[in-house]
Amino acid sequence: MKYLTEYRDADLVHGLINKIKEITTQHWTLMEICGGQTHSIIKNGLDQLLPDQIELVHGPGCPVCVTPLELIDKALAIASKPDVIFTSYGDMLRVPGSQADLFSVRARGGDIRVVYSPLDAVKLAQENPDKEVVFFAIGFETTAPANVMSVLQADQLGLDNFSILVSHVRVPQAIEAILSSPHNRVQGFLAAGHVCAVMGYWEYIPLAKKYNIPMTITGFEPLDIAQGILTTVESLEAGTCEVKNAYIRAVSKKGNQNAQAVINKVFEECDRKWRGIGLIPGSGWRLRPLYTKYDAEKRFQVETIQAEESPLCISGLVLQGQKKPDQCEAFGTLCTPENPLGATMVSDEGACAAYYRYRTQTPGSQEKGL
Amino acid sequence: MCLAVPGKIIEIYQKQELKMAKVDFSGVTREACIEHVPEAKIGDYAIIHVGFAISLLSEEEAQQSIDLLREIIEAGELEDEEPV
Ligand code: SF4
Repeated sequence: MKYLTEYRDADLVHGLINKIKEITTQHWTLMEICGGQTHSIIKNGLDQLLPDQIELVHGPGCPVCVTPLELIDKALAIASKPDVIFTSYGDMLRVPGSQADLFSVRARGGDIRVVYSPLDAVKLAQENPDKEVVFFAIGFETTAPANVMSVLQADQLGLDNFSILVSHVRVPQAIEAILSSPHNRVQGFLAAGHVCAVMGYWEYIPLAKKYNIPMTITGFEPLDIAQGILTTVESLEAGTCEVKNAYIRAVSKKGNQNAQAVINKVFEECDRKWRGIGLIPGSGWRLRPLYTKYDAEKRFQVETIQAEESPLCISGLVLQGQKKPDQCEAFGTLCTPENPLGATMVSDEGACAAYYRYRTQTPGSQEKGL
Repeated sequence: MCLAVPGKIIEIYQKQELKMAKVDFSGVTREACIEHVPEAKIGDYAIIHVGFAISLLSEEEAQQSIDLLREIIEAGELEDEEPV
């Protein structure tokens, strides 16, 4: 497949890894932001091919992992109501809330359906005028263009039985939260290519300057990731702190301005709690007042639900690059993908799940790396 | 969930006032909304995420970046004394 196979070429990847080895003179800690990149790195064993001096830590860019517990509890409360069809992307179903998960609500008779696109949820609302259809609108900037379109489409069609439960988060504010922490170890970032495909990377330039840290816009295939690492290490070794684009086939500095305009029409900035991390000011999006009638939190009066995290789970430290999944005492024992304690064990893009899947299985059962 | 993959646009049409496309992912065809990339043409490759095209891929940029990587690697190999 064009744009895929050539970026999985093992010879080219090994060539770039050798380049990285050649130029590295000291220990550097890099963070990949996006869970999709974490998955690709661990699956292909890229971190093990790198010289020992290059340490990769895994960032908070998995929407399933950072959706706050109380939002899950709100989803559970709404999905348990009669006459509600609750729709969600598939990987939210197993995320543990305080008491249950969406799967168990479904087992008890809740009408919960997995959709591929938010437009499928709008279609369900059209087909079921006697039901309330709710869509769980989670995600980063990548998912926002799709999620806002569901609201605009429902508005256009005059549907009054459609609403969304919004938990949108943004990457630049998360990067700033990580960099401003006194415990920060990250010296360079691989920025998330598809987030930047939507938003561009102009917002990262002042951040790189302020914290004196290089960032490279990076794609998802092994070659993209190797190129992102090489570019970042080059900057670190040269002592520069620019933002560079190693994913030019998909990303421009300004991003997709059509998509940004639609997002801005429907969403406005807000403070948002991140699961395991806590409140990050200005790090979220919520519906603008013009569209609050599509806000499921208001429609179903679940705004006051609060929740407390399990004290065993250290996913907050994992998501900030301060700990690796296998440094958690519950990892692989009390916490497994079948019985997840924290959200980072649920999603394929969660660092704990990636480590469990590719690092604890017998070699024969592992998918082949590079 | 944030997985977004490149696919080839093979058909463009309107559906309930939205610009839609049929997109081919290595033989599997799915529908995607292309409202956010209105300049898309049949034959273009786009990155599709949760049923929406978020960006068109530039063939020229893709070729240039692969060529550049080959150059970087080959330049290194000439200097290498022993293969790693
Ligand atoms: S292994 Fe489980 S308990 Fe430990 S940090 Fe990961 S999700 Fe949390």
